[in-house]
Amino acid sequence: MTIQIILFGLISIAGIGFFAYNIWKIRDNIRIGKDTKRNDKKTERIKTMILVAFGQKKMFSRPIAAFLHLCLYVAFVITQIELIEILADGLSGKHRLFSNSLGSFYVFTISFIEILSVAAFFATIIFLARRNLLKLPRLNMKEMMGWPTKDANLILIFELILLVCIFTMNGTDEVLFNRGISHASDVQGSFGFTISSILGPLFFDSMSNSSLLILERIGWWGHFLMVIGFLNYLPYSKHFHILLAFPNTYYSNLEKKGKFDNMQSVTNEVKLMLDPSADPYAVDPNATPPSRFGAKDVNDLTWKNLMDAYTCTECGRCTSSCPANVTGKILSPRKIMMDTRDRLVEYGDGKRKNGKDFEDGKSLLGDYITQEELWACTSCNACVDECPVNIDPLSIIIDLRRFLVMEESKVPNELTGMLTNIENNGAPWQFSQNDRLNWANEE
Amino acid sequence: MSLQVPTMAEKIAKGESPDILFWVGCAGSFDDRAKKITKALVKILNHCNVSFAVLGTEESCSGDPAKRAGNEFTFQMQAMMNIQVLNGYEVKKIVTACPHCFNTLKNEYPELGGNYEVIHHTQLIQELINQGKLSLQNSETFKGKKITFHDPCYLGRANDVYEAPRSLIEKLDAELVEMKRCKSKGLCCGAGGAQMFKEAEKGNKEINIERTEDALETSSQFIATGCPFCNTMMTDGIKNFEKEDSIKVLDVAELIANAADL
Repeated sequence: MTIQIILFGLISIAGIGFFAYNIWKIRDNIRIGKDTKRNDKKTERIKTMILVAFGQKKMFSRPIAAFLHLCLYVAFVITQIELIEILADGLSGKHRLFSNSLGSFYVFTISFIEILSVAAFFATIIFLARRNLLKLPRLNMKEMMGWPTKDANLILIFELILLVCIFTMNGTDEVLFNRGISHASDVQGSFGFTISSILGPLFFDSMSNSSLLILERIGWWGHFLMVIGFLNYLPYSKHFHILLAFPNTYYSNLEKKGKFDNMQSVTNEVKLMLDPSADPYAVDPNATPPSRFGAKDVNDLTWKNLMDAYTCTECGRCTSSCPANVTGKILSPRKIMMDTRDRLVEYGDGKRKNGKDFEDGKSLLGDYITQEELWACTSCNACVDECPVNIDPLSIIIDLRRFLVMEESKVPNELTGMLTNIENNGAPWQFSQNDRLNWANEE
Repeated sequence: MSLQVPTMAEKIAKGESPDILFWVGCAGSFDDRAKKITKALVKILNHCNVSFAVLGTEESCSGDPAKRAGNEFTFQMQAMMNIQVLNGYEVKKIVTACPHCFNTLKNEYPELGGNYEVIHHTQLIQELINQGKLSLQNSETFKGKKITFHDPCYLGRANDVYEAPRSLIEKLDAELVEMKRCKSKGLCCGAGGAQMFKEAEKGNKEINIERTEDALETSSQFIATGCPFCNTMMTDGIKNFEKEDSIKVLDVAELIANAADL
């Protein structure tokens, strides 16, 4: 027993420690981003988080997926109660530590978890089928080939194993308890867990006591190891959204979606240009050295853009609602987010390894995202509206466009004409500003 | 009756200060199709004796396409010059028939020193009807006709204005038929984000064709819009399907002006 406690303690410490280290790395990476003000209007932010993350409000525009996802979500959250007992049991060497003191409430809680777990089990099977048999278009696009698809399937398989472990643990325990030899109590009878009081005898009744005792331990340890394993898989996976969905919705953009951020560095220069009394050579002692206009790489984006990237779970609602994507253009807002995350991981690792001034000659724009993708965007905000965790792919697209246009002068030809017209005659077409009121006198 | 279109300069010279500025926009000023929308709105304003003025030759591009195209310099130059003019005339309230101007003036000018109450023309017309200044009673023009409304992205998703244009269509005694993708899920016409001024990237379809199919599915006689660019895109889409005879693209202002027999 003591060996088990020591082993349990060591695995817990190592598992939680390694997880904490990875969380620190992700936090470090997100902080590579530029500052943006997202700590005002706290009440509205909390409300948004409760509705969108806890309440999953935006999921319900697609009711089938929303319902299945809800099964998994609720089961996952409630199962954490059982995890408390596993930790307590593991560290104390006891078995079902809370069952005696909580009595019928204990049976109710475990039964509740079991019913949700059955729902989660079927939801997981359906999710696997949607990906691999029905081949839902939005889950099988180009950017999903390779690791993203494996990642998605692995998560679902992990969940299945976890659920099987729970039912093995509870089912064998039911049979053992019936026979009066459960670890938990020397009293005989049934725990009365709604699902495993049926499944247990059905599957395990023919087994010998010693096999059952071993199988119960396999279920228990399996559950525990899967939880620790899953926890440590999260930071490497799109599944990290289960944690970041909450802060990410808290820090949502609360402005109207049509409002693009104002570039203060440009404002300062334009004010100088328009002010006849300004001294063009005057140096503002407080001025920070001008940074790049727009974004070329992840360090030019805001920390919220980067948090968005880590929050994305690659569901593809954005892409399936993108007018450019549905008409065959290569732009996919989901790919924009995946590229941003992949580049950020690469850039962050490089920075930690090689120091602050790390340069690898690569950048988000060019090596990950092409100009063709950026210029296909109509800025319609469908992707932003669609995202169930309030990710904003559009602001990344626009920031990359700004770099292309203002730093590189890489503008599609027709747009150069449009911009010249605005500068010369105050309209995107070649009409004279003096003719602006002609319509009033035309028939 | 000829249109009464006073300019701000004229009004100020007469010592008057109009209640509202009508921001016409580039499309409304220069595009032949959009000019009709401009005139329809002026007819409504004249009919209701709204005290308004336009900037006329003092108006300039709001800068929206420049900002969406990534050229913040050009945008801010335009914005600041416009703000100088608007603030010079002490403008308080602005109406515009272009959702792009609407969005930019309303959301992006305040940080540059331009603070105005900005409304879309469908919101103004709704106000006029509610105040009893405009009546559509006994109008048979669109009675029983099927009308579908295409949500402009910069009016709907960008600014959450969905009801004003719809309430106007309902006032026509017509049947408002929604497309499968509508309101916050509405599909873009393909013109936003400066796409109006360039060819689309390589794909397998034009966005306006995809959207026109949505509209045709409703078997409406009219596609109502609230944006001059959406109007162009949808009109082109209808031409592509050679359906000009069975379905017309009209701005909500035109529907109202027609129904009120202005």
